[in-house]
Amino acid sequence: MRDLLAALAELRERLKEIPQADERRLSGLKTEILGRRVGALTQILGRIPKLDPASKKEVGASANALKRAFEAAFAAREGELKRAAGTVTGVDLTMPGRAGWRGGLHLVTQVVDEICEIFRELGFTRAVGPEAETERYNFFALNFPKDHPALDAQDSFYLSGDILLRTHTSPVQIRTLERYPPPIRVVIPGQVYRRDPFDASHAPVFQQIEGLAVDEGITFVDFKATLATFARKFFAPDTRVRFRPSYFPFTEPSAEMDVQCQICKGVGCPTCKQTGWMEILGSGLVHPAVLENCGVDSERYTGFAWGMGPERIAMSRHGIPDIRVLFESDVRFLAQFAGGAR
Amino acid sequence: MIVSRRWLEALLDRPLDARDVADRLTLHVAAVDAVVPLHQDLGDVLIARVLEVKKHPDADRLSLCLVDRGGGSAGGGRGGPVEVVCGAPNVQAGKIYPYAPVGAVLPGGVKLERKKIRGVESNGMLCSAKELGLGADHTGILELDTTAAPGTRFIDAMGIGDHQIVIDVPANRPDLLCHKGVARELGASIGAVVKLPAIPGGPADSRTAGLSARPPVRQSATGVVDGVEVRLEDPEGAPRYMIAVIRGARVGPSPTWLAARLTAVGQRPINNVVDATNYILFELNQPLHAFDLGRLRGPAVVVRRARPGEKIVTLDGVTRTLTADMTAICDAEHPTIVAGVMGSAESEVSADTRDLVLECAYFQPTRIRRTRRALELSSESSYRFERGIDMLGMPDALRRAIELIIAVAGGEVRAPALDLWPQPQQERTIFLRPERVSRLLGVTIERPEVERLLTAVGFFVAPKDARLAVQVPGWRPDVTREVDLIEEVARSKGYDAFPDELRPYRPGTVPDAPDERARARIREQLVRAGLLEARTLPLGPPDGPDAVPILNPLSAEEAHLRHRLVPGLVRRIEYNWANRNRDIRLFEVGTVFRKGTGTGAGGGGPEEWTSVAGVLTGARRPPHWSEGAKVPDMDIWDLKYHFALAVAVAAPSCDVRPATGGAVGWVAVERGGQLVGWAGPLEADAPVWAAPLFGFEVRLAAAQPDLGVYRPLPLQPPVERDLALVLPPGVTAAQVSDVLRRTVGPLLERLEVFDEYRGPGIPAGHRSVAWHCTFRDPERTLRERDVDALLARGLEALEGELGVRRRES
Ligand SMILES: [Zn+2]
Repeated sequence: MRDLLAALAELRERLKEIPQADERRLSGLKTEILGRRVGALTQILGRIPKLDPASKKEVGASANALKRAFEAAFAAREGELKRAAGTVTGVDLTMPGRAGWRGGLHLVTQVVDEICEIFRELGFTRAVGPEAETERYNFFALNFPKDHPALDAQDSFYLSGDILLRTHTSPVQIRTLERYPPPIRVVIPGQVYRRDPFDASHAPVFQQIEGLAVDEGITFVDFKATLATFARKFFAPDTRVRFRPSYFPFTEPSAEMDVQCQICKGVGCPTCKQTGWMEILGSGLVHPAVLENCGVDSERYTGFAWGMGPERIAMSRHGIPDIRVLFESDVRFLAQFAGGAR
Repeated sequence: MIVSRRWLEALLDRPLDARDVADRLTLHVAAVDAVVPLHQDLGDVLIARVLEVKKHPDADRLSLCLVDRGGGSAGGGRGGPVEVVCGAPNVQAGKIYPYAPVGAVLPGGVKLERKKIRGVESNGMLCSAKELGLGADHTGILELDTTAAPGTRFIDAMGIGDHQIVIDVPANRPDLLCHKGVARELGASIGAVVKLPAIPGGPADSRTAGLSARPPVRQSATGVVDGVEVRLEDPEGAPRYMIAVIRGARVGPSPTWLAARLTAVGQRPINNVVDATNYILFELNQPLHAFDLGRLRGPAVVVRRARPGEKIVTLDGVTRTLTADMTAICDAEHPTIVAGVMGSAESEVSADTRDLVLECAYFQPTRIRRTRRALELSSESSYRFERGIDMLGMPDALRRAIELIIAVAGGEVRAPALDLWPQPQQERTIFLRPERVSRLLGVTIERPEVERLLTAVGFFVAPKDARLAVQVPGWRPDVTREVDLIEEVARSKGYDAFPDELRPYRPGTVPDAPDERARARIREQLVRAGLLEARTLPLGPPDGPDAVPILNPLSAEEAHLRHRLVPGLVRRIEYNWANRNRDIRLFEVGTVFRKGTGTGAGGGGPEEWTSVAGVLTGARRPPHWSEGAKVPDMDIWDLKYHFALAVAVAAPSCDVRPATGGAVGWVAVERGGQLVGWAGPLEADAPVWAAPLFGFEVRLAAAQPDLGVYRPLPLQPPVERDLALVLPPGVTAAQVSDVLRRTVGPLLERLEVFDEYRGPGIPAGHRSVAWHCTFRDPERTLRERDVDALLARGLEALEGELGVRRRES
């Protein structure tokens, strides 16, 4: 028994070799000590059953403890070697991997999809309409008065007498109300045209997302709740939102929704003109005249509508200073956002 | 609209904080675009008293002034009087003037240096109104009436520190185009009442006695005031028309207070009479026109439609030709004013004017709008008439204008003003159901609160049965229905006062638009294939005879709607090349147009549809260090793959076929034979290092994609054979596979080309094409000899039909 304990003590010394061992030495040591037949410790363990009960207990405890110590030490060193394997075996695993070209959606498409997806969660389906429109759909069914200054903000490209390129996606409100009975819940993404020269903040063509909800009993509270929920889902759950008066011929009351500036978080910065707010969308309750123009009973049904510009929202969320960047299609820009909008 | 904080303070009779005003207006009335502090550039100017005036020893027109500029040491030196050289004729000992010490920066950014004037050193400068940016007068220094001690800052002492509050007034709120209207809204928010401030120096009772009461309304079209005949021949263009005559006025510069009011809102003072009318415009939103009675032939004022071709030289010196759609104010012979827009240079009030005709009118908004657009001539007046002024407030505005003119220019009124109003109108009354307010706004608003909120912004509310009869003041032409009053309640209360908790809703009846789904599918597939989505402008040069022209383009280069996407994408490729990007793969999904029968209601519009296009150039994949330097560039076979992919997704019912006519490329053809897509190499303005450019375009069909049916995976082993064939000239791979598939049948599971060869061993003009064939019978294990028999059948048919034989090795 004494010789066995001495042998164990000797073996214990060899634990110190393990942390310095390279891969080859380690596997040699492992065989030498824990090998199934030849291992020194294995052999000691093999002799234990033949000992008297008292020695059996003492030697057994000590041998088993040593076995666990060796196993732990081998595992630790193996892990270390595995982690350092690159340089050890001559393969530099920091070299670049083999790639294929990576495609991606345009940032504006991503933002449009993201917005429409949030509204889908709120029960809105996607509707579309033509880009060349009649004056009736683009203006007059939407309660724009004829010969009124409200038309000045909608400087339009005309194709012929009363056909123009739509200045907003709002005509699709009329098309939807004419075609489907309430309840209506739609978002309407699409391209719109304004006769504005191309500069850092204006494009003659841009995207808009319109929304329309019409049903019995829709109120100003539902309107605010839906759009505020959107803002908190799109920006951040704690985003501050405010509504303030505005004017659109096709909504009454009309409102503009601002969210806390995403750049300065409301403190004030050049992007938000020091106000701490960013204008996100124009909106309001559907004007009863619009419902009446579409043959919908304006006493029974009410609703709300809004319109927003995904380019502007993308620019303010991602800090893009010039709208023209979105149309240049420089592949370096497109690739920046190929991985997803966030 | 620019409003002045001080002007609002005068109307509400209390101090205001400009930032607070801006916030209240933004949250309850209309957005404020900016708050601009005024006269911050006068911060260095001090109040100074001239103690003594002596002649300059070497210059007759200069004087040496001993100036007490307080105890400060500004401008160097200790406190105490300093010597200043002054060129103004009006400098007098004992009087107080604005003084700029050495080192002061004056408006315009000029820094005052210490310098010698005709040999005498001047310690600063006494300033004229012009030098301070406070007016046009530069003939003398500005004499001040103040009790402030010398050394006080000029802007503090004179109270000219002000803020411009720039309001984005919506098109439906003409009442906000004047200080009274803005003050009214602000008053409702802070609990103050608007009261017009007294006019300094007026009114003198004796001269305006005839005006203290309202002049009688005449429901007629003619009248005479103080010897001037007035005829309203166009009551449609001018439903209400008032004229007053003021005699004996003296035209000259405005008093400081009046000039300051106008300067504060960005207006240039002109003369006391014109400034007085402008003051009323900015105070009450009533445009007025004062003109010279002495220049009127007749004398008469005739309001009529202009005669076609009639000419007038407007104030800006331009000769304008009028049409019968315009209203003109004429004397007995000629037009003197384009009604509501601009007066003539001839009848303008000048320094010689003694007797004035003062017009106060309501012009029909759409008439003014059309005139303004036809003449391309806007003015502060036309802007207001176009939006609709307060027809009921005209007498009060005219009376205040007369008081103001007499106060600042003298003169007298001998006869009451003439008020021609053939069809007088009353305030509009709208009935409001209080329960409708609560129902629409979603929270209960008690009736007294509704009444209070409406009354505060100028509505007169009276109960009528279960409803409220609401009288709409003349300055609110936008309020015509019950819902307009509900908006008034909501915004007065403040939109932020309403909760925003989401409540349950019913699902809508509108299905998702199929085109949107189709667009999403093709985008997804092309992104997966490694293409980046581009967005190009749909405006450009014409790209074919069917291109749709724009009647009023911004430029000749962007005068047509695109008919195809590829040209725009090629311009984007060139842009990328210019930025030294070589490997480019772009696609776009967008609307294109063609002359034809439109999709829009009413028909008359162009045909429009969604197109899908891609452009490819550069390396086939990113280079990898393990494979050497150069990855091959994309060629027509990369193009064919992407085109076939796009067609399969965007137009699944179409076949891809080689283009005919000798060009390299493909087309997509519908079963009916209609061409819906093409692909091929493209020409572009390419740098020498650029790779070849390819493109494709296909019309997007909104068809539902094939849902697909499960095919069980085969359990039997395949038999594989390679087959090298010699194809005579003119025989295509597609023909060969067609024959093989037809003759061998469904047991030929796959057929893939793996090689093409021309050269030694193959007859000239022929080529060898090798196929890898996979045979499989789903029911049983194929034997080699079964396959041999199948192949033999195919080869026999190939030889018979196409002259294709097996290549001898
Ligand atoms: Zn900010």
